[in-house]
Amino acid sequence: MHLLYPLTLSALLFGVGTYALLARRNAVLVLMGVELMLNAVNLDLVAFDVWLRDTLRSGQVFALFVITIAAAEVGVALAIVLAVFRLRATVAIDELTDLGEPDALAAERLTGVELAKGADVS
Amino acid sequence: MTAAPITPVHPAPGYLAVSGAEVVFLLLGLVVLGAAVLCVTSRSVVRSALWLVLSLGGLAGCYLVLTAELVAVVQVLIYAGAVVVLLLFGLMFTRAPIGRSADVDTPNRPVAAVVGVAAAGLLAWLLVDAFRLSYLELPAAPTGTAEAIGAAVFRHYVLPFEVISVLLLAALIGALVLSRPDISTAEHR
Amino acid sequence: MTRTAWVLPLLPFVAALVGLGLAIRGPAARRVAAIVAALGTGSAAVLAIPLAAGAVRLAGPVQAAVEIAPTGGALTVSASTLVDPLAGIVALMVCWVALAVQLYSVEYLGTDARYPTFAAEVSLFTAAMLAVVLSGDLLALLIGWEVMGLCSYLLIGHYRELPEAPPAALKAFLVTRVGDVGFLLGVLLLGRHAHTFRITEVLAAVPSLSPGVLTAATLLIALGVAGKSAQFPLHTWLPDAMAGPTPISALIHAATMVAAGIYVVLRLHPAFAAAPTTLGVLAVVAAVTMVLGGLAALGQDDIKRVLAWSTVSQLAYMLGAAAVGAVTASAFHLLTHAAFKALLFLAAGAVLHGAGTGSMSRLGGLRHRMPVTFWVTVVGALALAGVPPASGAFSKESVLDGAYAAAHGEVPGVAPWTGWLVLAAGLLTVLLTAAYLTRLLLRTFLGVAREPAAAGAAHEPGRLMSWPVLALAVAAAGLGVLTGPLPRWLGGSLRLDAGLTVVSLLLVATGAGVTYLQWRADPAADPIRRLGPRLTAALAAGLYVDRAQQALVVRPVQAVARLASTADREVVDGAVRGTGRATVRLGRLLARAQLPDVQRYATGVVVGSILVAVAVVVTR
Repeated sequence: MHLLYPLTLSALLFGVGTYALLARRNAVLVLMGVELMLNAVNLDLVAFDVWLRDTLRSGQVFALFVITIAAAEVGVALAIVLAVFRLRATVAIDELTDLGEPDALAAERLTGVELAKGADVS
Repeated sequence: MTAAPITPVHPAPGYLAVSGAEVVFLLLGLVVLGAAVLCVTSRSVVRSALWLVLSLGGLAGCYLVLTAELVAVVQVLIYAGAVVVLLLFGLMFTRAPIGRSADVDTPNRPVAAVVGVAAAGLLAWLLVDAFRLSYLELPAAPTGTAEAIGAAVFRHYVLPFEVISVLLLAALIGALVLSRPDISTAEHR
Repeated sequence: MTRTAWVLPLLPFVAALVGLGLAIRGPAARRVAAIVAALGTGSAAVLAIPLAAGAVRLAGPVQAAVEIAPTGGALTVSASTLVDPLAGIVALMVCWVALAVQLYSVEYLGTDARYPTFAAEVSLFTAAMLAVVLSGDLLALLIGWEVMGLCSYLLIGHYRELPEAPPAALKAFLVTRVGDVGFLLGVLLLGRHAHTFRITEVLAAVPSLSPGVLTAATLLIALGVAGKSAQFPLHTWLPDAMAGPTPISALIHAATMVAAGIYVVLRLHPAFAAAPTTLGVLAVVAAVTMVLGGLAALGQDDIKRVLAWSTVSQLAYMLGAAAVGAVTASAFHLLTHAAFKALLFLAAGAVLHGAGTGSMSRLGGLRHRMPVTFWVTVVGALALAGVPPASGAFSKESVLDGAYAAAHGEVPGVAPWTGWLVLAAGLLTVLLTAAYLTRLLLRTFLGVAREPAAAGAAHEPGRLMSWPVLALAVAAAGLGVLTGPLPRWLGGSLRLDAGLTVVSLLLVATGAGVTYLQWRADPAADPIRRLGPRLTAALAAGLYVDRAQQALVVRPVQAVARLASTADREVVDGAVRGTGRATVRLGRLLARAQLPDVQRYATGVVVGSILVAVAVVVTR
């Protein structure tokens, strides 16, 4: 088959994963986006491996390794998410703002119109 | 890593001559992509996880078409089996709302959409530009048999294999430690 | 003698500095301030006598100059003094009138807490006027001119509590400023084309200047003269300037500062004579002002305002004389006017001081309570009206005769129509002058007291106020003797024609008589009531010239000023503020990137890598 079939599928899948990474509020949903991105890469690896007829099967071996590492990563990430949930009772990533500047946060709460009118940020 | 010469044996057939494998791959690809899109746009978190399962399963089918059998099996076992289950457990433990909820997406949504489209577009364009004329000859005999992959791993990639084992152990221990109640609920709030 | 000329302005200047230093100490320094001021002006007055005598004896101009900081260019700047008979005599007049006013003020402002400042400012003014008179350099003259304007502003606004004083001071300053712009431009033009600012050299260079330049320069200088000497249309400040203390009105707005404009015309007369257009303009301005002043004086209620309009009218006489080439007559009238107008103002001050008001509708019958004041006012009025043997008669006659001569073409370089114009206006003004003076005397001193309280409180002033007045009365009466020697001293000529004298005396009699008859009919009412309410109101408002200026000039300028102020505040300041605000907002915008939002960071990372990838691909 034309190599472009798996490649374009992988590119599109990567884009979808990026969207999930940047748009979702729940931390677990963000992790799903990361999984999609990893899978897109896996597909690329396998496709190239088959195309190149690699005698060492490097692409497929790497794909296996990626799957393994992704599993480990999900385990640790979920442990962290659980810890955060225990501390903050929320896993919405836009509510985890302890490291932020209070001014910037307050300004963020103002709408753009209020800022344009020169509302005082204190 | 040695590579076979890339020069095609005979000129690649055009895109309009669709082979059977291509049809199957196309259909599977639509499933994968469709399920992925539904996964990232669904209002219900549980449904997101389930669409993810479908997507990953479809991807396993794609691997099969590409004759990477072991990878396909491992994909189903680990990804669709363990990883998604873990994600569902995570959703359960963090009291995720079961039905549809309104605030599943952050206000970053439009930006994310643009960035996603841009990323996909950039990659697609690069790949198309580079591999327009490439043709993947599907071998008659599957390349990714367990025997072949296993031989490759244990002959040439033993060290990475061992390292990954250690990594898994570390991840296991780390997850256990992080989940312990007396360490996680820190006194210094 | 030039050394004396250098020293003369310095004496009151030093007195002014000392006085200003004293003024800081407050009202306790009153006595010392009075002594310092009197000393400064008095010593100048004493020194002026040999100066004037010497100048007259030498008959020609004497110069002394000091180069200041060679500019390296074509124009030289020098501090120089020029003493000729005209300068000497005018300086003498200035010093003695100033001395009289200083002594008068000691008693007049006896209860004023800010008298030390006042005395110092008057000394400063005297120094500036002397600088103008004795200066040999146009730029030094300009400096003195401007300092006089400053002192006028300060002194008009002396009574800060009066609501009309500060606006009057501002008005005086602004209106004269309009003229001063022209003056400055004219001086610069002359200096540039003559390549020097020294008066003698400028006058020597006049024949070599082009007529266009001469006309332009003299017209511009005439603008300054019109401002300073209160001629139409820049006369509107003088009646309002009466809000200042009466000694100031006497010194600045009668005898000296307003005469400075006339003095400059006389000083630069060769330049003016070579520009017939300017002479024509001056003649028209003088004629209009003469009649306008006379008419307005007829309609005023306040004594000082009558005298102010009268000053406007009399200055026009001097200007008209200069315009028709009767330079000596103009100078003669300047001198006599200083004497009798100062006298009239100081007498009015005595009335104000004694009766507490200057409003004629509240006065009347003061003759018996203030006889001395009454009789000196009569002397002054006779001089002003031009009744011989008072000095004003001779000077006014010489002016009219000069106009008559010019009208018959006997004066080279002067168009006959200007002579006819000045003559006609002058004769009409004689009639009006007599009328308003009679009205003044009748309403203030004769008849029945309209306000018994004021009349009852009226009293003659003390010694320090009376003696200067008496001295001025002697001068006003006796300066007619100058008719003979003055033309010889100044190198000019004076004519006196008997026929014209008879005509003007008839006019005086007519004006006085008509007013007297109107008054006799109803002594309690205003003699001009017969003119009807509308005309009376118009006369009182100076024929609405002031109102026209207000509408045509003041209001548009204020609108432009408001526009400029708003533009400055909103546009310029707004730009500055906007820059600040924009920077703050930009900072806040950038701070959004610092928000602890993981997704924001991730977005940044992804976008950045996409951009890098695109850059690499595109530049490959």
